[in-house]
Amino acid sequence: MSIDTQTVEKIARLARIKVTEDEKAKFATELDGIMQWIEQLQDVDTDGVEPLTSVVDMTLHMREDAVTDGDIQEKVLANAPETAEGFFVVPKVVE
Amino acid sequence: MTGLTELTIKQALDGLERGEFTSVELTEAHLSAMQAAKNLNAFVTETPDQAREQAKASDARRQKGEAGFLDGIPVAIKDLFCTENVQTTASSKILEGFKPQYESTVTHNMFDQGAVMLGKTNLDEFAMGSSNMTSAFGNVLNPWKRKGDTTDLVPGGSSGGSAAAVAARVAMGATGTDTGGSIRQPASFCGIAGIKPTYGRCSRWGVIAFASSLDQPGSFARTVEDNAVMLRAMAGYDPKDSTSVNRPVPDYAAALTGDIRGLKIGIPKEYRVDGMPKDIEDLWQQGIDWAKEAGAEIVEVSLPHTQYALPTYYIIAPAECSSNLARYDGVRYGLRVEGETLDDMYEKTRAEGFGDEVKRRIMIGTYVLSAGYYDAYYNKARKIRKKIWQDFVDAYQKCDVLLTPTAPSAAFGIGENMDDPVKMYLNDVFTVPASLAGMPGMSIPAGLDQDGLPLGLQILGRPFDEETVLRASQAIEKAANFTAMPQLAAKIAA
Repeated sequence: MSIDTQTVEKIARLARIKVTEDEKAKFATELDGIMQWIEQLQDVDTDGVEPLTSVVDMTLHMREDAVTDGDIQEKVLANAPETAEGFFVVPKVVE
Repeated sequence: MTGLTELTIKQALDGLERGEFTSVELTEAHLSAMQAAKNLNAFVTETPDQAREQAKASDARRQKGEAGFLDGIPVAIKDLFCTENVQTTASSKILEGFKPQYESTVTHNMFDQGAVMLGKTNLDEFAMGSSNMTSAFGNVLNPWKRKGDTTDLVPGGSSGGSAAAVAARVAMGATGTDTGGSIRQPASFCGIAGIKPTYGRCSRWGVIAFASSLDQPGSFARTVEDNAVMLRAMAGYDPKDSTSVNRPVPDYAAALTGDIRGLKIGIPKEYRVDGMPKDIEDLWQQGIDWAKEAGAEIVEVSLPHTQYALPTYYIIAPAECSSNLARYDGVRYGLRVEGETLDDMYEKTRAEGFGDEVKRRIMIGTYVLSAGYYDAYYNKARKIRKKIWQDFVDAYQKCDVLLTPTAPSAAFGIGENMDDPVKMYLNDVFTVPASLAGMPGMSIPAGLDQDGLPLGLQILGRPFDEETVLRASQAIEKAANFTAMPQLAAKIAA
């Protein structure tokens, strides 16, 4: 499977990154090169192998179901590009 | 007092304790060195006011007999660790101006032990790179140069600013993070020591995420012993990181007995790659001879899936990065570029805020996780990762640690290896396998190549056996007796 400009357009859209026509061509060449190189993984026999999900043999920690955080509205909003009335502001999404 | 910047952390702690100098004096000497080495571009943000305050507080604590493990020691912090009210950028335009409202667990632990922060160090954008060339705030210069040659060299990456600062005698130690070699490769390029501990040993809480199943904080310093001191202050269980491991933190320095008699050191035959420079092959053999002379037993081992580690990494790391970096949406923090609609705003913000390498990795990640390719790429890579992990488990049946070169070359010139992304990725050929397996590794400066540039050897160990990794590393350090200084640090001292 090779990556062409159409594929780049599709994945850039999924990743929410605007790309220009020139960039589409450039990324197609680069990403295609990377994927060609990665293709060698198909040579490895992985039948019956369980995918590795965690490198450390451990179970997730349990903790008491209690509120341990909160009341920090100012801190949460401190770095936002735009806020109003204690909320994040985004462009209008409903008509 | 320029001599103060020549001390190791251990010597400085002893000097502080004996009252030979104060942390304020030690800190001023390093702040002066920071100004003298400004052209390295090792720092994104300098924090001299905070450093002076912390130094003063440290001197007061020592007076009262309440000094911690790192009390009064000036260190640099990779700009990937969130530091409360101090700009934290990940060297990305998308986070320029971001001031975290909380402290990462690792920096919090270090400050609890009295560390003094000189500033936040430059890195490859979001830790994605092996040369520090992808930083949005300009590349870092390696304080080393080739003999009789003025070409500027890269410090390695991604923790290039941290490594350069420690090598140039600007900071006594520094934090780094290692996802595929981002501590060990720059340590090798800059002629210093650096350790990536076992995954889960240092908390990832407050460390800006790149690839969460691989990211692991660790340290840089000029000696193995100093790294042991740093790591003890950084490590520890943290309920706020669900993959942090609840085990006591040993006194790593106490494990440095200097005795490796009977230690079984494995030499993985697959690491003899085609086209390895002769200097590196010779240094590796020299390391084997040093280990033998120190009484270790050398065993040949096999890690059969080594060649597949890099391509496996370049599926897993981008997949996780594409998910982690989805949070940069122009709404809650960082850059926003206005758009007609919400989607338009997201797309313009991310187009302008991310550099090309970050975009490439997000897109590769999006691709391998997309419908129809998930099994063929992402799941396939996770299965091969299991085999790579198994290779290490099998090898550690036959030996206690592994000895390999750290990187396939010495530091290269600014702008080299930039024409093809895959060429840059090959830098991590010896470091990525242990990252995929989550196991600890350390790079130790072991020699100079024919151009007079430092080369590192790498010791890899069993999970949570940092003590043996450090002990074996110190034996190599002692035999190598690496005393060469980078040209730039020599100039500051003079």
